[in-house]
Amino acid sequence: MALPPPDPQFVLRGTSAAVHTLHFSCGGQEPGVPTLFSGSENGFIHVWNLKTHRVDTELDGHGRKSVYCVETIGSKNRLLSQGRDQRICLWDLAEGRTSVTDSVFTENVGFCRCSLLKVAEGRWLVAMAAKALEEVQVLELPSKTSVCTLKPEVGAKLGMPMCLKLWQLNCGSQPLLLAGYEDGSVVLWNLSMGKVLSQLVCHQEPVMSLDFDSEKAKGISGSSEKVLSIWSLNEQQNLQVYKTHKLVNAGIADITIRPDKKILATAGWDHRIRIFGWKKLKPLAVLDYHTATVHCVSFSDHKNPSERLLAAGSKDHRISIWSIYTQT
Amino acid sequence: LGAMAAALERALREAAAALERGGDGAAAALGAVRAALAAAGGPAAFGERERALFGAFLRSLARAPRAARPEGVWQGCFLEGPPGLALCVLLEALASPGSVRLGEVIEVLEQFLQEGRISALMWEVCQQQAQAGSPELQEALLNKIVCLPDHVSNKLQGKNPAVFFPQNYFPLLGGAVIQVLQKISDSLRGKIAGGLCYRDGSSSEVSVHLVCLPIFSSTSEEILSVLVPRLTDLTKSDCIWQRICWRLVECVPDRWMEAVVLGFVQRAPGADVLSRLLGNLVVKNKKAQFVVTQKVLLLQYCHTTAVLQNLLGYLSLDSLRRALLIKVLQELLETWGSSSAVKHSPPEQQQYISKAILICLSHLKEPEIESCRQELLTSMMEGVKCHLDSNLPQIRRLGMIVAESISSKINTDGPVLKFQVKVIMKFVWCAGLRGNKSFKSDDPGHYSNDDDLIPYDMSEDKELKIKAPVYIRDCIEVLTGSEDVDKWEATVKTLESLVRKNPAATREVSVELAKILLHLEEKTCIEGFVELRQRAQVAVLSTDPIPVAKYLTSQFYSLNYSLRQRMDILDVLVLAAQELSYPKSHRKTKHSGAQNPCIQLLPGSDSSKDWRRIVDERIKSKTRRFATGQSQAELASGPNEFNSVVGHFFFPLIQHFDRPLTTFDLLGEDHFVLGRLVHTLAILMYLAVNTVAVTAMGKALLEFVWALRFHTDSYVRQGLLSCISSMLLSVPTERLLQDMTEELLETQSWLGGKMWWWCMPVFFLLVMQFLCSISLIVIVAVMS
Repeated sequence: MALPPPDPQFVLRGTSAAVHTLHFSCGGQEPGVPTLFSGSENGFIHVWNLKTHRVDTELDGHGRKSVYCVETIGSKNRLLSQGRDQRICLWDLAEGRTSVTDSVFTENVGFCRCSLLKVAEGRWLVAMAAKALEEVQVLELPSKTSVCTLKPEVGAKLGMPMCLKLWQLNCGSQPLLLAGYEDGSVVLWNLSMGKVLSQLVCHQEPVMSLDFDSEKAKGISGSSEKVLSIWSLNEQQNLQVYKTHKLVNAGIADITIRPDKKILATAGWDHRIRIFGWKKLKPLAVLDYHTATVHCVSFSDHKNPSERLLAAGSKDHRISIWSIYTQT
Repeated sequence: LGAMAAALERALREAAAALERGGDGAAAALGAVRAALAAAGGPAAFGERERALFGAFLRSLARAPRAARPEGVWQGCFLEGPPGLALCVLLEALASPGSVRLGEVIEVLEQFLQEGRISALMWEVCQQQAQAGSPELQEALLNKIVCLPDHVSNKLQGKNPAVFFPQNYFPLLGGAVIQVLQKISDSLRGKIAGGLCYRDGSSSEVSVHLVCLPIFSSTSEEILSVLVPRLTDLTKSDCIWQRICWRLVECVPDRWMEAVVLGFVQRAPGADVLSRLLGNLVVKNKKAQFVVTQKVLLLQYCHTTAVLQNLLGYLSLDSLRRALLIKVLQELLETWGSSSAVKHSPPEQQQYISKAILICLSHLKEPEIESCRQELLTSMMEGVKCHLDSNLPQIRRLGMIVAESISSKINTDGPVLKFQVKVIMKFVWCAGLRGNKSFKSDDPGHYSNDDDLIPYDMSEDKELKIKAPVYIRDCIEVLTGSEDVDKWEATVKTLESLVRKNPAATREVSVELAKILLHLEEKTCIEGFVELRQRAQVAVLSTDPIPVAKYLTSQFYSLNYSLRQRMDILDVLVLAAQELSYPKSHRKTKHSGAQNPCIQLLPGSDSSKDWRRIVDERIKSKTRRFATGQSQAELASGPNEFNSVVGHFFFPLIQHFDRPLTTFDLLGEDHFVLGRLVHTLAILMYLAVNTVAVTAMGKALLEFVWALRFHTDSYVRQGLLSCISSMLLSVPTERLLQDMTEELLETQSWLGGKMWWWCMPVFFLLVMQFLCSISLIVIVAVMS
């Protein structure tokens, strides 16, 4: 008989609103405390100290509008956050400061999280849904200069972009963008040419989340359906369906592959976190703790594999922290 | 040999003379007789002459004075002499004891029994019969053996020794019979061994006839309980014993045949044993055939299933008897399918017959079924019809079960009759299987050896429960149009509580909701669907009684409803009436009403409560209580909600019962619904106690009862009686006397005059009670 699934290692309470996004920062060089950033529906970003399990800092920069994306830029002292106030803010948190240093007005009213990619030392690309309904805009940070605007062909009818993933094969190579659209298709964009390289209809419903493993050239996407779709990218830059996996309940809000590419976690509308082996998509665990939709899952970037954590934020205002499959 | 006989004769004469004389010579003479007897080779060698002499000797011995009978010697004469003669003389002595005391005779008799002289006697009788002795005499002798315990106990007036108790005596007798049969079998075996033809055993077979007499003429219980197990053992592998046993039962006279056959059937451990013991008795003997094929199966129903299995198995074990088996099945089916039998015979008997049919069916083979398929089909159809017509649920179920079995037996290739009872069970079973399978595909073991990650237990990963709607209008939408089965299920489960929580919202759509619920059918297999729907219906009706009751009562008499739906309507009306008239539920609804904001806005309600409280406290403080017991809890009081609406429940139901529709004929075929209607009216009448309309209702109800008083269905008549009883309970006496005297007297005369009509004791009691209460009421009226 298989072991019963583990309980959360601990639970963070006190956001007093639904948690929409999580981001770990535990692997820095400096001897700091492991930190978890969470963005919640009431517009606050909480900085959690994972040693004390308390909120260190509370950031209020989105006019009490829901924060749905938080990322660190380089170190844990520089933060990027995206909110429903249609702004992307850049924070300076060094030495206890809590100030917004810069911001981008996206003019986009959707829920599409932006995607950040380090292309060179001190140079970042950020992809985000643009003002026009079907467009994606890519900016360079910190200069905020526009790199390109990705417009589907007229009559493509992809709908709004729902989720984005910027990636590059290795340092210095051409960055590419994977975008999941409202009509259920996943599109691979070439940024320099602004052209569609490949398009694959993975779902019947909007793509809610996707993640991509550039080493194996394989990605996974989830939608509001009961199906996870795994697809691969061949050498001709064509997307192909690799396999699908049927779920017990419909609706996937977020998918994250662990940085070591061993396992992946999904955040389900059915309140459950599911863990799969990434190689064969072998179901490994169903973590049933939350009492409402799970909005986001995130793996920590601990240097030591045995310390690695999984965090999940839910509509029930809680963030659950799990330690699972740390020995492999 | 002649010399021996002469010596014996001489000894007997001398002994007789010595006994006449008396004195010391008697002892020597008796000793001489015994010696001569032994020398002659025992009583078996006796001729007619010796028997007569010995008889005279024994009689004189019995008359001889005490002194002439030396202790131990005279008893020996009785025990060693010819057993038949000895017994006769002893019985004579018992009847009129002369010089021999009663106690002595009993003692000798006891010894006689214990030394196995009975079997010697029977063997002697058999031998004499073989030599053509007088059969009457022998029969009389055997009868005496059988009646021995009675004789003794009559004589001793209850102080008889234990060996003469029937429970001891008859097993002894049974043992003796077995011994004799053993001897017969040995002699037969000897003859066969000696080269004689087997069939030439006629003399022995005749003797079997006589042996069997005592077995069966008496209380056969005890003897059979010894005999059947022994015979079962002995016939196991011995054809001679089998033959003897067959002969034994064939020789049983007709008047004892039933007891014997039944005894064998009840005691045989299995059909094969029974077949070994009885042989083809049922084919040869008319009486046995009647008992087996008619009496046990059709006229009695007290036997256990094991007996039925024995009996029908016995019939099926021989080709000659199989014809009887088919005949039996046809007769059973005829009874099973007869509407009169279904109506008038007790349910236990019908169950018994159904069992017999099922056992018969299991014994039938394909070609036999082929030969009577058409008849089976016809009787099955008739039987199903009259069983399903029955008012008793167990009879209906019985009908369905038997019909399904017959159908599956006769239609091996075609479609088979299936009733829903089982279909649902099978569905559940299938559903369970399917669930298991899907679980398997989720089983992580399926992927094992692909990865080194060990999965956790994921069996709890089930589908999330669908959220039920929160508004009543949403419920209507889901119930009428939704294709989402899960949502539909959740709605059905939650509807009642929603209706209870939101009375105002329910009132807006009450009739529509009632209509939907009335037509709601089970889309998926929900546990307790019928109850859930009914509770929702009751909730709707009690929330908004008048319009919903109007709707439901009008639908009861309209076209195109199934009987089930019409009965649902009745049930819902009764349950809602009960809820409305019950004070506790009133408080509950008031409580839920208090959550309604508009009531809280009323300024008066709170202050009036305070006022009441203050007054109560003042009274309490100034009152001294002398009672020591607990103060009685005050019952919650409130207006009877049923009062204002009772008419809407009652009168529309009573109006149209005599107008048949094309699909619904209360006074004709649909008497079951009529029965339910009558019972419903009775309950409504009972619940209407203390309401204003009760007198008018009582009047209408009596009219209704009058119109139906000669209905043929007992369920309906029972309902009429409960109508009367609840009318007597609910309507106040003075109203009864003033407004309903005529009707009451009419009813009284009907109940009193038609007493014979009520065949069941329950009815009789009820009727008697009513007569008493009506008479009382009338007497009160006359007095006042």
